[in-house]
Amino acid sequence: MKVIIRRPRREVEMPGSRRVRDLLQELKINPESVLVVRGDELLTPDELVKDEETVEVVPAISGGSAHEV
Amino acid sequence: MKCKTCPGKAVIDMRRHNAAFCKDCFITHIERQVERTIESDKMLSKDDRVLVAVSGGKDSLTLWEVLRRLGYDTTGFHIVLGIDHYSPQARGTAEAYAAKHGLPLIATDVKEEYDFSIPELAQYTRRVPCSACGLSKRYLMNRTALEGGFSVLATGHNLDDAAATLLGNLLHWQTPQLGRMGPALEATHPKLAKTVKPLIRLTERETLAYAMLRGIDYHDDECPNAVGATSLFYKDLLNQLEHASPGAKQSFYFGFLKKGRPAFLAAQTGGVELKECEACGQTTTTETCAYCRMMDLARRTAAARSR
Ligand code: SF4
Ligand SMILES: [Zn+2]
Ligand SMILES: [Zn+2]
Repeated sequence: MKVIIRRPRREVEMPGSRRVRDLLQELKINPESVLVVRGDELLTPDELVKDEETVEVVPAISGGSAHEV
Repeated sequence: MKCKTCPGKAVIDMRRHNAAFCKDCFITHIERQVERTIESDKMLSKDDRVLVAVSGGKDSLTLWEVLRRLGYDTTGFHIVLGIDHYSPQARGTAEAYAAKHGLPLIATDVKEEYDFSIPELAQYTRRVPCSACGLSKRYLMNRTALEGGFSVLATGHNLDDAAATLLGNLLHWQTPQLGRMGPALEATHPKLAKTVKPLIRLTERETLAYAMLRGIDYHDDECPNAVGATSLFYKDLLNQLEHASPGAKQSFYFGFLKKGRPAFLAAQTGGVELKECEACGQTTTTETCAYCRMMDLARRTAAARSR
């Protein structure tokens, strides 16, 4: 499967299928700070991603010190 | 995973609530939560004219979307910071949202109206960009709210922002700030606008999911100055804690408001008196406000350099 990660943008190839929970763990990404999407579908941690699929890890955390406004 | 409230398939899990929701139930959950926050903290009424600070990012547009749907009278306020490719895109996003929903938007270009972009201001005053940016934003938001006759200013700060600010204030023992933290600050002076943070009970991950599921076209490019910001480091630390112990951010921040803040506030009796700035009339504790002093320094440095 292909995993697209942003900031900095990079692509990771992972052989085989795995659950969202496991792929985040392998990539050492904290699930609290991201959402994982397949196309425009949001995926829960138990969702299985198949070998031929592409998912994107979208960072939820943004901002400098006075950034939100 | 199954939705907590209907037989549908969940699209997001929220460990701190021990729940997962399908798209529709999640959207309902978020909008209700914001509505309850507004009511319990007496943030807004339907008679208020609300100025909404809109950067164009997921949090500010989520805020505008929810307030719009709840039927509040809103006007957007966007500050054009003059930061590389980031600012034109941010402005475009804010304007597109306003146009799509037929909502008024005030856009203030700091370079056009106050002579300096944020990078120039930072350079001329030897401040870090986020400091010049933050001071400018707070000043312009308050001034625009007052001069435009708005009764309240709403910003898109979420739980992650608030918890990171709290952690920073505690690590540096910023006692006056600790006493003043909170999601709804009443106007304590005629020249200060009431400010509210209706998204304070939502995590940043939840506002992102809401923006995505509502199909909001938000701006997701990161400001170049955010790279390496301390606040991002704090957010990361807090999320590590949250991962190990779901609900940690919530109990850290709301526990502080309930049990810590009153003590810091009480310790401040006989505190500083607010005056009006000699130059611009906005509130300050000194003769001239911090914004006017920053602008004055920038003008003098710019003049000296052009000689
Ligand atoms: S990262 Fe800093 S400079 Fe950039 S918009 Fe946010 S506060 Fe302003
Ligand atoms: Zn449901
Ligand atoms: Zn002033």
